[in-house]
Amino acid sequence: MMKKITKQKIKHVILGKNINEGLLGKTAIYLLLLIIGFVYLYPIIKMFAYSMKDLEDLVNPTVQWIPTKIYLQNYRTSWIVLSYGKTLLFSLAVTLVPAILQTITTSLTGYALAKYKFRGKALIFGLILITYLVPQQVYMIPRFVLFDKLGILESAWSIIFPATFGQGLSSAIFILIFYQFFRMQPKALDESAEIDGASNYQIFLKIGVPLAAPAYITAFLFSFVWYWNETYISSLFIGSDLYTLQLKLLNFSSQFNLSDGLTQQAVNEAIKYSATILIILPVLIVYIIMQKWFVEGVDRSGITGE
Amino acid sequence: MAARPLKRKKRETLVAWSFLSIWVIGFLVFTMIPLFTSLYYSMSDVVLDGEGIKVSFVWFENYKQVFSSPEGFNFLKSVSDFAIEIIFKVPIIIVFAIIIAVMLNQNIKGRGFFRAIYFLPVIIASGPVINQLIYQGAATIPIIEEMGILGFINSTFTETLARPISNIFSELIVILWFSGVQILLFIAALQKIDKHTYEAAMIDGAGPWESFWKITIPALKSMVLVSVIFTIINLATFSENEAILHIKNNMFALETGFGFSSAIAWLYFIALAVILAVFFLTFKLFTRERGRR
Repeated sequence: MMKKITKQKIKHVILGKNINEGLLGKTAIYLLLLIIGFVYLYPIIKMFAYSMKDLEDLVNPTVQWIPTKIYLQNYRTSWIVLSYGKTLLFSLAVTLVPAILQTITTSLTGYALAKYKFRGKALIFGLILITYLVPQQVYMIPRFVLFDKLGILESAWSIIFPATFGQGLSSAIFILIFYQFFRMQPKALDESAEIDGASNYQIFLKIGVPLAAPAYITAFLFSFVWYWNETYISSLFIGSDLYTLQLKLLNFSSQFNLSDGLTQQAVNEAIKYSATILIILPVLIVYIIMQKWFVEGVDRSGITGE
Repeated sequence: MAARPLKRKKRETLVAWSFLSIWVIGFLVFTMIPLFTSLYYSMSDVVLDGEGIKVSFVWFENYKQVFSSPEGFNFLKSVSDFAIEIIFKVPIIIVFAIIIAVMLNQNIKGRGFFRAIYFLPVIIASGPVINQLIYQGAATIPIIEEMGILGFINSTFTETLARPISNIFSELIVILWFSGVQILLFIAALQKIDKHTYEAAMIDGAGPWESFWKITIPALKSMVLVSVIFTIINLATFSENEAILHIKNNMFALETGFGFSSAIAWLYFIALAVILAVFFLTFKLFTRERGRR
């Protein structure tokens, strides 16, 4: 009897009552997460190590990973080349603003599709899918012509307007995400609120939105990152006078030569990598802030008795 | 009593359209007009120069050219290659993303740290860094070539099958990079599961394996379809995708031009719609079968 219990205990320690509780399971999870995580981290570490190298370290074949000294001049240089402060502001204008507005509009659209029965629903679904399936190259030039007529070319509006009306970058996938999330919400909650006299819009604001918090955060994050990284459309629409950080990085070498006071230097890999790090940084910061809400939003959405 | 449901239905329709109105206006202005213009271009001879756009209507000449010229043939080949590739890649990405999401949702130490790392592919894969990674070969695993796996695949399968399969092995890391968004989508879906459900299941005698299949997977089902759609379109419109390169390169090419480019873009759209429909029907069949069980 005793033997059986100890055996059981050992089994629990190693295998656990649950997959994630035993030593074996835990180790496997950590190991897998670490290995795959390393694949993702590897280029970042490499870029970071490179970005600290001065010219001597760059040509020195014995210096692979760890630079001989902490050398921050590369960051100062790319800060100047990117004119970081100014460009960051404009980048945020064509990233943060469209991301927020797109998230709101697509959530409204997804909510309507998930919660109401109406004629033409299949048509709307079809159109939404079409907007997603059509490669952006199809409507890019026609949109350019249209925006030219509307007079919003070469300004942030050419990015903000389509996003506001749910026609921005990958808007369709956000509508689908919201659709699925709103559909999963229990109908009983809406009905009880309706009996209590809440209007449809109140139900949306007081029940729909809070319960879909993870969807809002996910949609906003993706939207933010995709707008942040976007260069193909913005290089066409924003034009030649305005620059986002990514556009500056794209033309880094020519930007480098245009910058004052850097004539004694030549552009090198290390400087480019430091610029890349500077551009990735704001997105990471936004994610780390949002991630907290990701988990918090969840605790509030627990519904019992469903 | 009879009048009330009707009134309610009418009101629901009105409310629904009020929620939809912003999107509908946007669609009509920013998407439908450009789409029709582009369709018109695809049936025209379009010349873009410094002065503007010169368009002359030529009916289906551009489409005929796609099916009769070497450039058109190359494009069609890249589309069919992509179609075969995607059949293999989509399931791999989805299963991988689900596994990672479930692991990241466990009560592990340093969860915030891991989640930050697993967000990196979302940033990198849509940015300029991914192209650098692919060019530098940082996205391949040398071991696979050294172990002769590629040679084995090439000798066992027919050519049409061997290529996509060996591609998948050599692009395993790229596949990892393109799973970031799906991982996050599944994590978001997992947040919706009430922890009490698991406890209740455990009290009822369900093991972790049963809990996984009966609670976790059904909760993720809705996001699977979204992820499948996303994965297909994301890979299809990736800036280094062969078909997209054909569309881009022909835009300003002398012998073909923008009209031709629009035509192949529309053909690409039709191909994507077919691919998506196939996946959609498979998904429907699969879920119906499981539901019956």
